[in-house]
Amino acid sequence: MIAVLAQLQIQERADSCVADDGICPGWIAENFDRYVAPFFQHVFLTLVSVAIGFAIAFALALVAHRRRWLVAPVVQVTGILYTLPSVAVFFLLLPITGRGNTTAIIALVAYTLLILFRNVITGLDGVPDEARDAGRGMGFTERQLLWRVELPLALPEIFAGLRIAVTSTVGLAALAFLAGAGGLGDALFDDYSFRSNVLVAGGLCVVLAAALDLAVLGVQRLLTPWAR
Amino acid sequence: MTLLLALLLGAFALAACGEDDESTGGESTEQPSSTDGGGSQIQRDEANAKIKLKIGSKNFTEQKVLGEIYAQGLRAAGYDISTDLNLGDEQTALKAVKGGDIDAYPEYTGTALLSFFGKKADELPKDPEAAYEEAKKGFEGEGLTAFPPTPFTSSNEVAVTQDTADKLGLENISDLEGQSEKLTLFGSPECRQRLDCLLGLQQVYGLKFKKFVPVDLEQRHDVLTSGRADVSIVFTTDPQIQREKEVLLEDDKGMFPPYNSTLVMKQETADDVGPNFEKTLDMIQNQLTDENMQELNARVDLDKKDAATVAKEYLTETGLISA
Amino acid sequence: MNDFVDAIQFIFRSQESQAGGARIGGAENLPLLWDHLEVTGAAMLLAIAIALPVGLILGHTGRGAFAAISVSNVGRAVPSVALIAFFIAFFPRTSAFVNVTLALALLAIPPILTNAYVGVRQVSTDATDAARGMGMSHGQIIRHVELPLALPLIFGGIKISTVNVIATATIAPLVGVLTLGDPIISGSVYGRAGQIGASIIVAALAVAAEVGLSAVQRAVTPTGVKLQNPKRRAQTSP
Repeated sequence: MIAVLAQLQIQERADSCVADDGICPGWIAENFDRYVAPFFQHVFLTLVSVAIGFAIAFALALVAHRRRWLVAPVVQVTGILYTLPSVAVFFLLLPITGRGNTTAIIALVAYTLLILFRNVITGLDGVPDEARDAGRGMGFTERQLLWRVELPLALPEIFAGLRIAVTSTVGLAALAFLAGAGGLGDALFDDYSFRSNVLVAGGLCVVLAAALDLAVLGVQRLLTPWAR
Repeated sequence: MTLLLALLLGAFALAACGEDDESTGGESTEQPSSTDGGGSQIQRDEANAKIKLKIGSKNFTEQKVLGEIYAQGLRAAGYDISTDLNLGDEQTALKAVKGGDIDAYPEYTGTALLSFFGKKADELPKDPEAAYEEAKKGFEGEGLTAFPPTPFTSSNEVAVTQDTADKLGLENISDLEGQSEKLTLFGSPECRQRLDCLLGLQQVYGLKFKKFVPVDLEQRHDVLTSGRADVSIVFTTDPQIQREKEVLLEDDKGMFPPYNSTLVMKQETADDVGPNFEKTLDMIQNQLTDENMQELNARVDLDKKDAATVAKEYLTETGLISA
Repeated sequence: MNDFVDAIQFIFRSQESQAGGARIGGAENLPLLWDHLEVTGAAMLLAIAIALPVGLILGHTGRGAFAAISVSNVGRAVPSVALIAFFIAFFPRTSAFVNVTLALALLAIPPILTNAYVGVRQVSTDATDAARGMGMSHGQIIRHVELPLALPLIFGGIKISTVNVIATATIAPLVGVLTLGDPIISGSVYGRAGQIGASIIVAALAVAAEVGLSAVQRAVTPTGVKLQNPKRRAQTSP
């Protein structure tokens, strides 16, 4: 019966590496499946947030590209969102949007807006005038100019922004557990004195960021064959 | 000597039985579960499937284990259970159940009396049953119902290391008088406003600490062993107390009430859970004694197993669900 | 709107905590503010002390391009919570304040290092050749030619880092270092008003740092450089 076992086992637990909070490969191997769900939650939060953030930032940038007076205000507003500490945004949204993914995603999206908006605008601005002139010379309309000339040439800058957004979001999503959205931060904070846990949870974050960064880079290479 | 030897042999035999996958009739006579009155299995009732409940919990190990035990036990009975554990402190959890974010969570009678219903130290009942009855009355006033409590009690306690106790001659909490000005107290963030924590130490014992540092609850023992804290607030079911040989100071002025765990649910929800809910709940919790709870906590905090696994072990080892 | 008014009250007036008993708000915020500034300052000083020389030397010699740029990418990928947890877990006997400072300093190094590197690389070779011709040693070239010309980008990096550290210092209370993050995290003690109030103070700090350092950045940009290239920007975005 459990009761009798308890008296005798408190003093000497079978695995003292673990009871002493050390780095225990055995424990890591046995318990690795504990990190699977948080890992995929983390991937979900990151991808969804960057996707939504990109959609919004891209649309805003296209609009602001033709109406230059919009650029400064948008940069201001997204900039302010950026200075709010992420912890604050998670906690402040909680009573409004409840615990869970929604709150976390809203906060994470807000943080990607500045980077992505700025990079799309910069990318479009960086298109050499000669290219635009050439396009106009070929009879392109403004819209064709945008999609056939400006955007393709802006891709490197846009992708640079996407890479930054993706890695930053992986980092920020580690705090999503404060909003009840799980993720690798949840696993990390479960026992942040336990070295094995910190190494695995933290390590998986870095690995995820690196993998996503490479993935975005890969897509960039695919879409810009002329840049090779 | 022979008694200890017999106990040891008995324990090893039981351990061997517990690990054995073949639970034949012959082996079951070794398990004292039949003599303990527990050990009957939870029966699945199809009628329960339409009852959906979300179980929550507060933010430390024992709570997470309790939450998982209730969730898995009720699921075995056929209820539709989801969980949202690790919500936060007692105020957060109460708000969650009142607001409908969760349907139930395990609260402690003592915590409820002090933190929710504003009882003063001298008004606290010393008897666990009396504490439960008073807490139940208080919850009824909030539109909540508190189900019958667990056998185990997990009280807040003031803890120091053996060295500190020896150096400063500490046995009771009031021994800290005159000395606490040089000591740092570590506690949970909500400790500052709780009468069974820093606030109580200030008001009931008149203690002033050099510094109070709020840390995450799960750190309550690490801060003592690493030397960062002189004094820490711990729970009596913590396995680390024995392992790290910490000293619990006597509550000579009676600041701490009894703390049995009781499942708290909104009255309307409780009205719809069906007639067998309370019986199932009783089956699930009547083997949660002090020693058992401490062992379960040890499996999470010392063996670093996760709460869900440990909850399952509890339910299978007590025969409540089949392995 | 009510919440906002309560928040302003929290910033300026001391009051009782949510469940009663503890004092919060008003003057009680000052120790939190001080600790926040202390940990930010310490982390930034440490970060600059490490990142600036390394970035300058790497930029001067032209080696380690890959490292200097990658450190930024890797740095962004490590979540601040993980860094702090790492230090607490591996150095449990060190004070939490020191652990948090070290973690924040690590967080602050990448933008400064990368920007120092890029800043030095962008100094025109004409200037460095002229300096070499005048007989300056490497150290003198770094100090008298490259550093001044790279200052705008360097301050850009310092600006990015400072804002980052101010924001990240809000999670320090999770490990026992009481900064302005405490009201945000311990909502049950401080209430909504406290959470919003503290967020406003932190945001104000971040904006002040951004504005102040932008001004410094403009002040150290030699006029010639300003006129020459108005659109020059750092290769690291925020």
